[in-house]
Amino acid sequence: MPLLEIQKLTHRFAGLCAVSDFNFAIEPHELVGIIGPNGAGKTTVFNLITGVYRASEGSIKFEDQELVGLTPHKITRSGIARTFQNIRLFKELSVLDNVRIAHYGQIAYTPAEALLHIGRFRAEEKRITSQALDLLSIFKLDEMAGEKAKNLPYGLQRRLEIARALATKPKLLLLDEPAAGMNPNEIIQLMEFIGWIRQTFSVTIILIEHQMRLVMGICERIVVLDFGATIAAGLPAEIQNHPRVLEAYLGVEVTP
Amino acid sequence: MAYIFQQSLNALQLGSIYALIALGYTMVYGILTMINFAHGDLFMVGAFFCFLIAVYLHLSFVPTLLLSMLGVAFLGVVIERFAYKPLRNAPRVSAIITALGVGLFLENFTLALSPYPKHIPQLLGNTTWTLGSLSLSSLQILIIALSLVLMLILDFIVQRTKAGMAMRAISWDKTIVPLMGVSVDKIISLTFAIGTGLGGAAGVMYGLAYPIIDPYMGIMVGWKAFICAVVGGIGNIRGAMIGGFILGAVEIMVAAFLPSTYRDVVAFTLLLILLIVRPYGILGKPQPQKV
Repeated sequence: MPLLEIQKLTHRFAGLCAVSDFNFAIEPHELVGIIGPNGAGKTTVFNLITGVYRASEGSIKFEDQELVGLTPHKITRSGIARTFQNIRLFKELSVLDNVRIAHYGQIAYTPAEALLHIGRFRAEEKRITSQALDLLSIFKLDEMAGEKAKNLPYGLQRRLEIARALATKPKLLLLDEPAAGMNPNEIIQLMEFIGWIRQTFSVTIILIEHQMRLVMGICERIVVLDFGATIAAGLPAEIQNHPRVLEAYLGVEVTP
Repeated sequence: MAYIFQQSLNALQLGSIYALIALGYTMVYGILTMINFAHGDLFMVGAFFCFLIAVYLHLSFVPTLLLSMLGVAFLGVVIERFAYKPLRNAPRVSAIITALGVGLFLENFTLALSPYPKHIPQLLGNTTWTLGSLSLSSLQILIIALSLVLMLILDFIVQRTKAGMAMRAISWDKTIVPLMGVSVDKIISLTFAIGTGLGGAAGVMYGLAYPIIDPYMGIMVGWKAFICAVVGGIGNIRGAMIGGFILGAVEIMVAAFLPSTYRDVVAFTLLLILLIVRPYGILGKPQPQKV
């Protein structure tokens, strides 16, 4: 049974069809890439899965549960986490708090317990702080735990965003252009890093990317979107020379 | 010397009431970037709840205070749910005009029920101690102490609990907070409950200190508290507290050394000057627009 199954997904913004009749399925522990030119609808697909937008038509099933119509926080709690194309950290909060807040759904104490400092309050706060610190040290960010997120260098901000996503304990991780703004050397490191995350946290990953080197290097399957529709899907080697993909990326040769 | 000390105490009393109300403005602004102009009238409703509970239920001070706070908090949550939530994605101006409308509704609804000013009964034995030329009332001490306790509790909630963490996060980036598994609606309701509940507490204390209450009492006090919130840096909780005490001090000092009719002039002049010199408030941060 697929972990995530999308059927006939369509989304329109006031007449503009951003995603049309998109079908997709991913098995547990797979790593699939979604590529396509700018404006092809890749990020919209992520926004639809995570509930930021509500799909106009179609269905998104996660572990057999329908996601269309659920609020984003419920979708997150069911086990889907994501990162963003343009980093979206809580810039004024500390690195530690950025990760701590992602534990929100896992904290169990009542407001009364918090105000009176009784019951589970201290133990729970301690637990998520130590879990957050563990996660930060895995990502080698523990030394910056007290620093405001905005003071981190760009590469570390990207890493922190992934750590924050993993703190929600996802089964499915959506990475939106993780290599944006990285040089070829950093991209190679990132490839190893993503593979390592997949093993360590045993997550399923969907990756949106522009950097062909990254996508071809680590994805097991690739889906190509253009103008909101799937134009090709298959193994990296098949995609590489697919005529419609070349056409979408490079344009059609004009025959005089 | 004793005179100055006496006036400082008065300033603390007035300042702590302003600060409590200013917190409501600033918390709602921080989370929704809208000014809840009905907040001053919710303060008035707090005073009327206090009157109703004291007169008809004959409860003592502590239950009266708690029930009034709960009542106003509930009203605040209901107002947010039915008047502001449908406008959450509308332009901010629409929400602000709605808030003004809600304020007018509260004033006139109260006016319809109770056209004459009411007198809040004495809920507490008020002892006055005299030390030389200095007079200290137990009510004054209570108001200052209680306000400080409420502010400490608020600071604890915002800085140390998961809900507070979510509030701070929402004030920076509302769209991604739900993706952390946080229910934004619940946090907004909670913010309204706390903010308006503090306003209700201020209404009760104000009613005890100045026992004649009327449906329009919230307007001027509400404006003043709004000034405090802006002076401190709107959206900044500690700023609202500081702003409250500054305005309290300024007003009492004006009344002490100048004709007391200058009070409001000075308060609003202070706002104007500050807006010119430091438009983002004392603790606020300038937010440069990126072009």
